Formats: sequence, C-alpha cells, structure tokens
Amino acid sequence: MRQIRQSRLTLAQKEDLWALFFISPWLIGFLIFTAGPMIMSFYFSLTRYNIIDAPIWIGFDNYLRAFGRDALFWHSLGVTLYYGSLALPLGLVAGFSLSMLLNQRVPGVSVWRTIYFLPSVIAGVAVAIVWSLIFSPQVGILNPFLERTFGVKGPGWFTDPNWAIPGLVIMSLWGVGGGVIIYLAGLQGIPTTFYDAAKVDGANAMQRFRYVTLPMMTPVIFYTLVLGLIGAFQYFTEVYVISGGSGGPQRATLFYNLYLYQNAFKFNEMGYASALAWVLFLIVLALTLLIFRSSALWVYYEGEVRKR
Amino acid sequence: MASVEMQPVQPAVSVSHSRLQSMRLSALAGRTAATFVIAIGAVIILIPFLFMISTSLKSKNQLRAVPPPLIPWEATMVEVNGRMEPLFRVTVDGETADGAMVEMALVRNQPGGMGVFVDPTNPTESVTLKIADQTPVRHIELHPENYVEAMTAVPFPRYFLNTLIVTFVGMAGVLISCTMVAYGFSRFRAPWLNWLFIVLLSTIMLPRQVTLIPVYVLFQRLGWVDTLLPLIVPAFFANAYDVFLLRQFFMTIPLEMDDAAKIDGASPIQTLWHVLVPQAMPVIVTVAIFHFLYAWNDFYEPLIFLHSRDNWTMAVGLQTFNALYSVNTHLIMAASVVMVIPPVLLFFLAQRQFIQGVVISGVKG
Repeated sequence: MRQIRQSRLTLAQKEDLWALFFISPWLIGFLIFTAGPMIMSFYFSLTRYNIIDAPIWIGFDNYLRAFGRDALFWHSLGVTLYYGSLALPLGLVAGFSLSMLLNQRVPGVSVWRTIYFLPSVIAGVAVAIVWSLIFSPQVGILNPFLERTFGVKGPGWFTDPNWAIPGLVIMSLWGVGGGVIIYLAGLQGIPTTFYDAAKVDGANAMQRFRYVTLPMMTPVIFYTLVLGLIGAFQYFTEVYVISGGSGGPQRATLFYNLYLYQNAFKFNEMGYASALAWVLFLIVLALTLLIFRSSALWVYYEGEVRKR
Repeated sequence: MASVEMQPVQPAVSVSHSRLQSMRLSALAGRTAATFVIAIGAVIILIPFLFMISTSLKSKNQLRAVPPPLIPWEATMVEVNGRMEPLFRVTVDGETADGAMVEMALVRNQPGGMGVFVDPTNPTESVTLKIADQTPVRHIELHPENYVEAMTAVPFPRYFLNTLIVTFVGMAGVLISCTMVAYGFSRFRAPWLNWLFIVLLSTIMLPRQVTLIPVYVLFQRLGWVDTLLPLIVPAFFANAYDVFLLRQFFMTIPLEMDDAAKIDGASPIQTLWHVLVPQAMPVIVTVAIFHFLYAWNDFYEPLIFLHSRDNWTMAVGLQTFNALYSVNTHLIMAASVVMVIPPVLLFFLAQRQFIQGVVISGVKG
C-alpha cells in the first residue's frame, strides 16, 4: 500500500502540493477579495451603476467627468495635497527632532517613549472627538490658552474653512510619536564608530549631523515619507467624525477618500466611485514610483548595494 | 585638527583635560535642555487624555465653566434659610480686626456687580460687596455615574461585545492563515512560489478603495451586509503585510531544525506547529497586537458594512453618539474613555512587543 502511494507522486510533486496547501488561504483570498474585485471595479468604472439596477456601459465617461467636468474632484485632490504638504514636512521635522533629543541619553527614555507613543495606540474616532472639543471655539481649551498666553484670539478651527486643515495638521502632530519610535531605532542603529571617526577628523556637532546622521537616516525618512503620502490619500476617519461626513465647513475638509466614500455610499454612484478609486490607485502608484526613482539621488543605503 | 598636531605634547595634555571638563559641562547642559523640551512635549501629549478623563467626570453644570478647567471643580454651596447659595471667601473691612478672610454666602445680586453676602451661621447680618473681588469657594467633584448614563443611553455594551467579537475572531483568523501562508512561502522551493510572493508583496500597495465596491456588492449578494461577517471572514484569508513580517522571521530560523523534525517523521503541519511557531512567538504576538489595534479602531469598514444600530462596533457607535448627543460632552467623553481603555491597557501590558513591532515593520520592512 505504502509503496504504491509513494510511486504515484514524486517527492517534488508532493512538496508542491504541500506548498499549495499552505499558501491556499492567501491564494483563495487573493482571487476572491483582490484579483476578482479589481477586474470588477475596473469594469464598474466604465459604467453607470447604482448597485440596484444592472450596470450601464458608458465607456470612459466617468474618467472624463472626473478630469473635465467635476470641480469637486479637483477640489478634493487639492485639499488632500494641501494637507499632505503641511502635515508631512511638519511631522517629519517634529518627529525627527524629538527622536534626536531622546537619543541624547536623557534620563527616563522609556517613560518618555511610552508617553509619546500613547496617541498612536488610540488613533481613530475617539481621538477626533477629543480634538474637536479641544478646538471648539465655544467649549474648547485651546483658544482660551492662546488668548491667555500669547494674547491671540484663536480662530474658529473646524468651523472656519481657512483653519480646518491647519487644525487637522496640528491634530496629526499629536500622533508624531509613532514616527519617533522608528527614527529612534534608526538613530540607535548608527554605529558609534562613525561619530568617533568624524570627531577625530574635527567635525563639530552640526557637521556630524549633516554628514553622518542625516545620510544614515535617509532610508528611514524616505520610508516614512512614502507611507505618509499614501496615508494622506487614505485619510478618512478623523475628517468624517469632525465634519460629520460632510467634508465641511464649506467643503474645506473634503478629502479625496471622503469624496470617494460619498459618491459610493451616499449618492449610490458606484461606477463613478470605482473610477475615483482607480485614479487614487494610479496616483498612489505614480507617487510611490516617483519617490523610489528619485531616491537614488538622495537616499543613502549602507554599503554600495542598495536594498531591493 | 592640524593645530592639535602642532601643539607640544606636555601642554596638550592639560589643555585637553580642561577641554574635556568643559565638554562634559556643555553635554550636561545640552542634556538638561533636551530633557526640558521633551518634558514639555510630553505634557502636551498628555493634556488631551487628561481633558478627556476630567470632562467625563464633570456634571452638566460643571461643563458650563469657560474656559473649562482641567480639574473638575464645583462651586461649594451652603444652605441659607432653606436655599442653597454659593459660598465665597470674602474680605470684610473692619469686620475682623486682623483682616482675615471669612466664608460668606452670596444670597442676592445687586446692580453694579455688587452682591449681598451673609454669614451662613448667622444669616441676619449682611454686607454688600463687589462680587469680582471675592474668591468663590470650590471643591473637586467627580461624577462617575456619567459612565453608567453614557453606557445606557445607547447600547454601548452591545457595541463593545460586537467589537470584541470582530477583533478576537478576526485575530484568530489572521494568526492561523498568515502563519500557514508565511510557512508556505519560506519553506518550499517551487519556482512558481517566487512569482506568487511578488504578487503578494505588490498587494501591499493596493489601496483598499480599489476593491471595496465589488467586495461590497459581493457581500450584499451573499446577504452578509449588516452582519459582522464582512469584518471577520476576510481575516481568514491572510494579508500581505503580516505574511511578509512572519515570513521574514521564519527565514531566520535554521532549516536544520525542520530537517531534524522531518527525520523524526513529523509532517509539515507538525513541523510548523512544533518547531517554527514556538520560536516565532515574539513576531506572532506582534502580529496579534497589531491586528487588535487595527480591528478595534477601524471605522471605515464598520461604517460601510454595518447599517442597523444593534450591529455597530464601538467606533461607529461612538461617532453616532457624538453626532446625536453633541451637547452632552461629559457623556461623549465617558464613552470615549471606555473605547480607549482596551488598547491603552494592551499597550501597557505588551509595551515591549509593541515598540519592537513598530521598529521591525518600520525600519527593516
């Protein structure tokens, strides 16, 4: 019996079957939840589809509508990029400076690290609610603080179209600790011999930062920038909670992802929303490739061989 | 550097000694300044938490104070002639010889910011004073019953239970499926596996919006919309991110250990279970923690898939509560605290794995 069964399958075939068995959860999931839906979503993007009636073929009209006729599409792109252009650099500078400070052998590093990381643990609805209260011109604590300390009358924040995005940026800086952990690990990974060698060569603190720390940290900076950019295009929960799903005041916080959600699940424009999703995908893809390409110019990887 | 070389040996030693001391001093000053800045930042980070907790413990009356104090003060009241009146610490000229402050109750307001104050123990004698010059007597008053009120105003216990189900059943799914798939991608050598692995990695970049609408249609056809199933079932089909993390770790475990198990007659399933899983425990715990965080805080998918209020998770329930009860900030904050407690608790219990996980996925990913 045993011998007969063994002769039917070679060892290599048996191995292949085992491999197939182990990766089958992902493979089946990939077909049902990724590959199939991707094809379907591209098909939907070429139709008018309200989920109840059958999709009606309209060719590339959804894409033409987005780029040519829909001012809100461009507006939501603008809002997203405006937020990203403030939140990403500020978050980078704040997170990086903080980790440099924490790396100074200050007492109680683990306590500080815990405190700074705490906001990352609770990201989401509760955070948005607390901050919308803090920013509230009526019952908040931020504006009274600004008035008392600096004598400045604070703006209406989430009720003022000009100040809603800066408010969201400040809120995002509160969660800067997640990046601090990553930067800190990167900083601690720089061999001290590099700094010693620089000191022997007479480099001062600024020069050591410019010629040792910064080049050694570029891969990490690069990684967080790419993720941050993709994150801005997926930004949703906080702005949904703060604007009650409307993207207000006066569409000032109508982020791209929120606009997509509204089209799909508020206006039942599943076809148009699918087209928006594909545009989002292409934007994310293009930005990622752009940063990857340009990274050769400014990202330094240890050793001559670049990772991946 | 050249100047150091040119100096004669003897003075150089003494110079470098004093330089060393000044360097140590400036390093100490730098560290103190750094600690100071870090401490200020930490206070700023903690203020929203304090604001949340203190607001959740205030009464509706305490909420009216503008600006809202971080400590839940309440004006101390005293009974005068059968009515409750606010107590003030007042300076009465000539009343007490030493000019000490006396506690008196404000019984009546008068034009021009003046008020009539009486001694609560002897209400017949009154003085008229400028109210703004007197200090109100206050004490800390906490209202933990807000939590009961918030939890019963809408079915939060139900939402809490739903969130627990989604989080933990999903976690089991992620752990089982991702461990299996990671094992498949790290221990077998078929050439088609490499191609599939590249496909898997490229799905990390795919925004979930691209697949969301067809997946929604699919779940609708299955009759799963407005049940917890769309939030749980996909977890059993592995995800690229966690598979990658686990596979990277499996690759560092020497193959000799598998071979030893194989020689002892272990099947691949037994090898995975008895050899790899015990060694990969730190990464498995990290994956579990990250899934907990993701599932607990996720708002997007519950918002899309759950329609009737009995099926909501905490995230959706809290958002709706916030929109409906916007005047009752104390109740909203109480519900927020309840939602935040599990992740914060988990963070304090498993802090090391947390930070390791962030570092592994952030630096080496």
